[in-house]
Amino acid sequence: MSYQINGHTVEHDEEGYITTLSDWTKDLAEEIAKSENVDMTDEHWAVVNFLRDYYDEYQIAPAVRVLIKAIKKEMGPEKGNNKYMYELFPYGPAKQACKIAGLPKPTGCV
Amino acid sequence: MSTLHTVNKSPFTNGALLSCLKHCKPGDAVLLIEDGVYGALAGSSVAGAVSDSLEDVTLYVLGGDASARGLDDGKVLSGAKTVGYDGFVDLVVDHARTQAWL
Amino acid sequence: MSNIKKFLYVNRKAPYGTIYALESLEVVLIGAAFDQDVSLAFLDDGVFQLTKGQDTGAIGVKNFSPTFRALGDYDVTKLFVERESLEERGLSEGDLQEIVYEDEDDDWAEKPSIKIVSRAEMADIMSGQDVVLSF
Repeated sequence: MSYQINGHTVEHDEEGYITTLSDWTKDLAEEIAKSENVDMTDEHWAVVNFLRDYYDEYQIAPAVRVLIKAIKKEMGPEKGNNKYMYELFPYGPAKQACKIAGLPKPTGCV
Repeated sequence: MSTLHTVNKSPFTNGALLSCLKHCKPGDAVLLIEDGVYGALAGSSVAGAVSDSLEDVTLYVLGGDASARGLDDGKVLSGAKTVGYDGFVDLVVDHARTQAWL
Repeated sequence: MSNIKKFLYVNRKAPYGTIYALESLEVVLIGAAFDQDVSLAFLDDGVFQLTKGQDTGAIGVKNFSPTFRALGDYDVTKLFVERESLEERGLSEGDLQEIVYEDEDDDWAEKPSIKIVSRAEMADIMSGQDVVLSF
């Protein structure tokens, strides 16, 4: 299974998570988002970029409550809440946003 | 309330038993299972340390594991008590927590 | 609340030779969702999990040592490291990476998560738990 992007083939698992993290590009993120029916806005990108920075620093994708707490601290309570996150990523911020961010499925995400 | 410690490795390849004994509180129980039963051998290089701890700690050996390895009562430290699987369950119930030393 | 229990994760294995250390860390991260009173103990070879300067590039496994620094985000803020275990291995606190958490109740002040304790203190910590999970 794979995504086709700019003439390249990027392999993914049965759930759509890319198998080689270094394959990720912004164009690929747009492509994955399309397959998830998500239109990438600046607000979506803020979350995706946060996830990538977090992974880069700690080698894990954060749990949803950790993500929301951090967004709340950085961007305020009107964005750092469950409702806002699920509006951006209807199938779950951790699952869907991590997939778009090119990260593995978060630990403890059921 | 006291702790039941279980040890399942031979003390001759692994430090679990000695580390366990160093972290026991008076009144705790140590149950040797699987290869851990070798820790109850009389006359071994760890027998002294194990015997010393018997002042504060009760030592149990799981009988089935000892028999399987040919450790009959004559080969086991005199202070060690042999229990069966039912005795194992009783020990778990009678202590506030069980801590495995792997 | 009375339904909060004290959980201690006991780490006694070095990080990469077996899967115990990584499995322990993953259980801690998953278990953090249950809002219990969690502590981590590092003794015997477990102290090697927290050393600085780990680089797994040449052995083809993930370096999970940075993940310990995320524990504060999961409200896991008590990492007890046994002094005797460090000394037996020629290590001191300075050989361990710095791990901090932000204290919500103290204006997000950064505080150290690692506490070096003696073997006797470690035994007391162990005997004060409701549940002990060994790795």
